[in-house]
This record gives sequence, C-alpha cells and structure tokens, in this order.
Amino acid sequence: MNAYLASLLFVVLALPPMRHALERVMFAHMLVQIPLLALVGIVGAASIPVTLRQRIGAWNRGGVSGALLALIASSWWMVPRALDWALASPFMEATKFATLPLFVGVPLALSWSSLGSMGRGFLIANLLPMWAVVGWVYIAAPVRVCNYYLVDQQVLAGYGLLSASVAVGVAAGLLPFVRPATTSAIRAES
Amino acid sequence: MRLVPNADWRRTAGAAAVICLVGGALVWCGTDGFRALTSEQARRLAVAASPRAIPRVDLEDQDGRPFALDSYRGRPLLVDFVYTRCRSVCPLLSDAFQRVDRVAQSTSAADGDERLQLVSITFDSLDTPADLRAYAKHYSADGRAWRFARVREPRELESLLRAFQVVVIPDGRGDFQHNAAFHVLNAEGRLARVLDPDARPSDIARAAEATAPR
Repeated sequence: MNAYLASLLFVVLALPPMRHALERVMFAHMLVQIPLLALVGIVGAASIPVTLRQRIGAWNRGGVSGALLALIASSWWMVPRALDWALASPFMEATKFATLPLFVGVPLALSWSSLGSMGRGFLIANLLPMWAVVGWVYIAAPVRVCNYYLVDQQVLAGYGLLSASVAVGVAAGLLPFVRPATTSAIRAES
Repeated sequence: MRLVPNADWRRTAGAAAVICLVGGALVWCGTDGFRALTSEQARRLAVAASPRAIPRVDLEDQDGRPFALDSYRGRPLLVDFVYTRCRSVCPLLSDAFQRVDRVAQSTSAADGDERLQLVSITFDSLDTPADLRAYAKHYSADGRAWRFARVREPRELESLLRAFQVVVIPDGRGDFQHNAAFHVLNAEGRLARVLDPDARPSDIARAAEATAPR
C-alpha cells in the first residue's frame, strides 16, 4: 500500500505538466516539490522488507548515518545554484528526483525512530536555523540568487522558508506533549 | 535496555564517515569549493578559468549597419545585454557602461592606445535600430566606440544568450529579468571574464584590457 502510494506520488510529481507548474515558481519548487519528493521516500520506506531494514540498521545504529545523509542531501537542494542547475540540465533534474526520495526521505524514515531525543534535537537544531537563514538571505539579498527566478519570487520563497522553519520549530516543541497521548491511544487500540 | 553489538557501532561510524566524506566532496565540487553558491558565481569562475567560444551571430547596430562580434578580434571588447524599455537594471548597466566609456576615452587619449570598445546588445525583439539610436543618444554614446546592436536573425538570439549564459525571463508584464553583468571578449573573441557592473569603471576597463596579450 505504501509502496503504491509512494510511486503514485512520484509519478504525479514527475509528469511534465506538474514538473513545469511547480518549477515555474521558486516557492513551489522549494516548498512543495522538494518536500513532496522527500515525502515519497518517507512513505515508500515503510514498505522496505524487514530483512533489508535490519541489514541497513546494522550500518545505521542510533540513526546516525541516516540523519547525516538526509542532512547533507537536503542542504544541497537549498543551494540556489542547485535549483538553477536542475532547471538547466536534465541530468541534474533526474538527480534531484532520485536523491530527494532515496537520500533524504528514506534515511529520515529509517533513522527517526532510533534517533532518540538527542539525535532529533541535533537534526532539528541544524535544519531549522539553516532554513531560516536561507529564507532571510532570499528576502534581504540585493541580488537575484537564481537566474531562473524573478526577485519577487525569491522574496516569496524566503518568507516560505522562514515560515516553514517557525512552523516546524513550533511543531517540534509541541511534539513531546502530544506524543504520549497518541502512543497510548495506539496501544489501547492494538 | 537491549545490548547493541559493538560491531554495529563501528560499521555505523564507518558509514557516517563515508557519507560525510563523499557528501562533502560532492557539495565541494558542486559549489566549486564553496565559492559558487549561485549559478552567476559559477558562470564567472568557469569563464575566468577557461575562456569560452562565442558563436558567430549577425548583428546590426543603431544605424542599421551589419556587423559581427568577430570583427573586434585582436582587441578586448566589453559586451552587455539590455533592452531599451527596461526601467530596472538596464539603466544601471548603461550608466556604468557610460562611465567605463568615458574612462576608456580619456586613457586612450592619454597613452595613444587603441581604445576599449563597447557593445550593448538588446535581447528584446521589439527594439528597432531607431530605438537603439535614441537609447545611444540618451547615454551620449558615439555609436562607434560604444555601439548598440540587435540580432538580425531572431532565432540566433537564443544561441548567443546561451553562449554568454545570460538567462532572460519575461515577467509577464512586458518586461524582462536578466543577469546584470559585463562580459569581456578577449583578443581571440572568447568570453574571458564576467565582471560585476558595480565595480569601479577604471577597474572594469583595466580588467578588460588585461585579457589582451601584450
């Protein structure tokens, strides 16, 4: 079911009209297409067979290597040059479609549960300030950072990144209060 | 608590190290050693490292005279891309070009060298030679040392822009956004430098002259 959902989402995202629609606007490129491609990996990871999961787990104790991989791969796709590159070169576009699910979504899904509060804190404390700083640069930069996007789009994407950073920060802050209730609810169900 | 075998932690440490090394190396390459976070910076570094050939494109100037950038071979040439209706970045480019033009004029008068030549090329197909002539007049360009040109065959514009890696996007309101930069063609007619228009006019003129073999 998860594999089906993930491939459906991937195919929809890869359809040329969808690709062009999302990539025409910088905001949609950074804050819709890229997160959804990572989501493909997150959803798809649920259908990785247990044996393979265990074999990967032997290289990913505490979720350390997976978290690092997701951190590095997701950071690359925030670089303005990478966005331009994906639009200019079909090879880089294919790389984007491959690396976001495989090197961001899947490792995140496989690592999250074993990361522990320290690891999660580390990951979030690295990602959120990065989004906020990149967002702020896009809003305040006196120059156009992407050759393929207009300045007003860049500012919009900047506000989007700032908001995403704040929203995820608030959600992460609330998570500890919400989680015990949901896990006990799941336990009660099963 | 479940006991985790040490071997797994060693493997994880190894995997993490490989991820950091390979990932870091790829990002390093992809940003030219963290120097090029935008494609504009990347373009400038790449051009400075290896000057690139520019395809021959037929142009005509503000007086309708046909010419090509080839005809400037043997001496450095400054090129920028503008359109005459532009009210945002082109006036800044043209103001800066005007200052470079004046510097070039005074230095060539002083040391008797052949003076630095400038060409402004429009990427707006609506620009006519008459528009270019009015534009030249507005910037008190003589139309010889600083010429204004348009591409004669509209189909060739794209290949010219691609060679210069100038990206022009219509904003839907009849205007365009585009890279703001000065391009230096060296004596062999190759794109050798991409310069920041905010630089001092004398520095721009000197950087352009420096691409010519002495």
